[in-house]
Amino acid sequence: MVVQPESRAQAQAFAPPVLAVEHLTMRFGGLTAVSDLSFEARRGDITALIGPNGAGKTTVFNCITGFYKPTEGMLRLAHDDGTTHLLERLPNHAVNRTARVARTFQNIRLFQGMTVLENLLVAQHKPLMRASGYTLFGLLGLKGYRDAQGEAIERAKAWLDRIDLMERADDPAGALPYGAQRRLEIARAMCTDPVLLCLDEPAAGLNPRESAELNALLRHIRDAHDTSVLLIEHDMSVVMEISDHVVVLDYGQKIADGTPVEVRADPKVIAAYLGVEDDEVEAVEAEVGITVPHGEPTLPDVTHSEASV
Amino acid sequence: MDVFVQQLINGLTLGSIYGLIAIGYTMVFGIIGMVNFAHGDVFMVSCFIALITFLLLTTWLGISSIALAFLIVLVVAMVLTALWGWAIERIAYRPLRGSFRLAPLISAIGVSIFLSNFVQVVQGARNKPTPPMLSGGITLFERDGYAVFLAYKQILIMAVTAVLLTGFWYLVQRTPFGRAQRACEQDRKMAALLGIDVDRTISLTFVLGAALAAVAGVLYLMYYGVVSFSDGFVPGVKAFTAAVLGGIGSLPGAVLGGLIIGLIETFWSAYFSIEYKDVAAFSILAIVLIFMPSGILGRPEVEKV
Amino acid sequence: MAHSKTATQAAAIPGSAMAGILRDAAIYALVAFGLCVPIISYRTEAGPGSDLLLLPRWGLVASLCAAIFVVRILQRLILLRRDARRALTPSPAQATEAVQGEPDAGQKSSRIGLWLFVGIALTLPAIAAAATGGLSSARYWIDLGILILTYVMLGWGLNIVVGLAGLLDLGYVAFYAVGAYSYALLSTTFGLSFWICLPLAGVFAGLWGMLLGFPVLRLRGDYLAIVTLAFGEIIRLVLINWTDVTGGGAGISSIPRATFFGIPFSAGEDGFAARFGIPYDSMHRLVFLYYLILGLALFTNFVTLRLRRLPIGRAWEALREDEIACRSLGIDTTATKLTAFALGAAFGGIAGSFFAVRQGFISPESFNFLESAIILAIVVLGGMGSQVGVAIAAVAMVGGPEMLRNLGFLKAVFGEGFDPNEYRLLLFGLAMVAMMVWRPRGLISERLPSVSLGERRAVSGAHVSEGHG
Repeated sequence: MVVQPESRAQAQAFAPPVLAVEHLTMRFGGLTAVSDLSFEARRGDITALIGPNGAGKTTVFNCITGFYKPTEGMLRLAHDDGTTHLLERLPNHAVNRTARVARTFQNIRLFQGMTVLENLLVAQHKPLMRASGYTLFGLLGLKGYRDAQGEAIERAKAWLDRIDLMERADDPAGALPYGAQRRLEIARAMCTDPVLLCLDEPAAGLNPRESAELNALLRHIRDAHDTSVLLIEHDMSVVMEISDHVVVLDYGQKIADGTPVEVRADPKVIAAYLGVEDDEVEAVEAEVGITVPHGEPTLPDVTHSEASV
Repeated sequence: MDVFVQQLINGLTLGSIYGLIAIGYTMVFGIIGMVNFAHGDVFMVSCFIALITFLLLTTWLGISSIALAFLIVLVVAMVLTALWGWAIERIAYRPLRGSFRLAPLISAIGVSIFLSNFVQVVQGARNKPTPPMLSGGITLFERDGYAVFLAYKQILIMAVTAVLLTGFWYLVQRTPFGRAQRACEQDRKMAALLGIDVDRTISLTFVLGAALAAVAGVLYLMYYGVVSFSDGFVPGVKAFTAAVLGGIGSLPGAVLGGLIIGLIETFWSAYFSIEYKDVAAFSILAIVLIFMPSGILGRPEVEKV
Repeated sequence: MAHSKTATQAAAIPGSAMAGILRDAAIYALVAFGLCVPIISYRTEAGPGSDLLLLPRWGLVASLCAAIFVVRILQRLILLRRDARRALTPSPAQATEAVQGEPDAGQKSSRIGLWLFVGIALTLPAIAAAATGGLSSARYWIDLGILILTYVMLGWGLNIVVGLAGLLDLGYVAFYAVGAYSYALLSTTFGLSFWICLPLAGVFAGLWGMLLGFPVLRLRGDYLAIVTLAFGEIIRLVLINWTDVTGGGAGISSIPRATFFGIPFSAGEDGFAARFGIPYDSMHRLVFLYYLILGLALFTNFVTLRLRRLPIGRAWEALREDEIACRSLGIDTTATKLTAFALGAAFGGIAGSFFAVRQGFISPESFNFLESAIILAIVVLGGMGSQVGVAIAAVAMVGGPEMLRNLGFLKAVFGEGFDPNEYRLLLFGLAMVAMMVWRPRGLISERLPSVSLGERRAVSGAHVSEGHG
């Protein structure tokens, strides 16, 4: 069942959100991919962004991580020390560098020809660059840089240990099995020391065992690091099990926002996933055997119903 | 004003030739996403084929009708240059499909170097002058001793370009080949799944591009009356500039771009300095690529994340 | 046993297969005939007036087509034989389990290769002198050595841009030109010495690299290649047309010669020979130039190898692998590309000033697009990113065509008018195509990781204890 410690939720109700999306709109030519979307991702939470295919989830991600410039709206990111960054005004790379938002990609983007270890070192570019005196000291082979590189390697090793890839450290990333590549991409994003980690369908293509490992990894990130997580996911078992807060998108608009329990009881969400009009929802629910009024409702296995549509 | 009209005529003539070459660049880029660097040299080869055929017809076979000679030269040059285009695609580009992304470009540079040096070896390094094919023209108007002159060959160049482009437009828009070609541009894998012979379509694209370059070659030879083995590079770059300016992948764009580049070149030479006319062409290429890479009629590219 | 059956079938080629091969070869010959007509079959020669004469050469066309017919038959037969053999021995591609090759075979060979290269390069003047019996008779070989090493240095410089950062630069020769002209102009107008101009040339070329790089580096792939080509041509055309400063097409001559750190290589009392008490030999200057370019090339190599192990080098390689991922990791891709571009340009500029001091004369002719293509071909053939590969490729690409000069005996076969050197660029173009078709990844395609746990773990452990001690 859903793990949702009461105290945790209460404590976080008062903390300022790590990310506030306000009136986000994104148009491509005549197509409005996202329209007037507002939601918050609270500090220390795992927030899930769900919705049917083409709902605009990845577009939202690309706006947050600086790959697209939103047509309208504001994306406010707050750090622990109280500084805020307006993500839509930052150049692409600065979203990670200064605002400390890291991301993974739907179709994994590792540096395939580089080793697993090198991938994790590239992610520590900023501190290493500084330690190498912007290359000058490093070129002279000064000790300060060698120490910094040693530290970076230690940090990479800690993550390798965590994602169970220590033995493959010197193998090219492209040679790893799919599930390991997904874990490595998350570890690589974490090596940039983010306050917000955005994961684009982290469980896609994973088998049940790998999926469980992923859940454990995400919980570890939430609990042991100062990193909040925002994820897009299709796999409802992942969403329901690990997320603290769910935002549902459909046709670029928010149709529900709340705890997993609240969201899956929402008729609009069910309708969006099953693709019917609001007034037909009850008929559909009856058909698939859900009874809303009595007891706790159960959402049908959405991934399956979607695949069959 | 008089000078202006004269330059306008000259520019449109030159622009027609560039436009014809530009179509070859734009079609190949559209369908396989590569800059066919050797296209300018294919154009140069077609000039030589046309030159030799013309000499054969007039001096050996004694054909005196210019119209007949021109038609035969045009057909022979188109067929033989198309064969070159086909062979080049087959040997230098097709084996590289699915190779790393810069391989076709580097291979094309190799073909370009090969072609110009091949022609140098087999035909010699000197400029080859041709006897005038078509002389005379109409004096449009005359003022203060400056006559605005429209040569017959200029009329011929613009007319041939217009007729061929219409035919070509019909081919791409209305025939099964055109449909297959546009499908391959959109999504090659999907087109293959739907039963389109992708290899054949790409081959045909190269053949058509080369044939149009041959038309440009015949017209260029007729217009300037001289050709050398190194004449592929600069017209090639200018035609590529035209393709990019018009929006690479767009056929009307290629013609429009060709006309604009032709006009810019003639006006630049007439009003500024003739020495820097190639600098102007290269600068336009750089400026267009940097500031408006999707060109005038092209579709903007959205980065896929 | 099915395998051996196919093998015997292949060994004794059945009539039907042979007929197919013949038909195929005939088609090839026919296409070749089509390509030969009329561009080979008639040669245009200037006649008595302004007219062109046509000289028929159908014999040449016939022999070319026949040659292609025979070559195609042989090729098909060899392929048939190979396929039969392949059917017998399973290839690694067919294996169901991973086939483990020698894990560090590539590493070992490239490390040995590098030292072998350095060893031969260091002793070349001595070897050449010993082999030809005297320093002056070794002139040709030392000259060739200088030429090859210049291209090795250019290749290593461009390797930073193309091989490491993955930016296709078709205008690299522009920076070579900037370096050459900055030395030529600074020395002839301000009388600055070579040793001041050498780093200055690098700085100027690097600045030009930044200047040109800044607007173009957001372009990708083919477009970047074409823009850099355009810039290269613009610089060359400006050098031709800006006659007041650059001397135009005539170029700049009487550029001061290199000195031994201030001591000229002359026969006089102040000369190098007199100062060091050795008999004067005009070859001293050449040998010095040889070691100078060797030193510069090795310096380029040293800097590149160092940079690969630094964050900037890793960022270049990451950029080559996936630019979008780089941006998501907070790497400023524009600045990273710019450093690669500027550094590559700086090395090109240094090589350029060496070129100027060696030639004593420069003109825009030396900096045309073909030079860029040659340097790029060296990098690509070497295997993008591999330092040893680039050195081997430079030897093959520059030394190979040079060997054509020595093929005088072919005149006996093809007649007096045959000059093998004419075919240099033609073969070069063919080689570029062949290279892309057979080995698009170059000679040495393996990449050495910039850091590894396996070996490094020990090093890093020693390092830590040192820190605690």
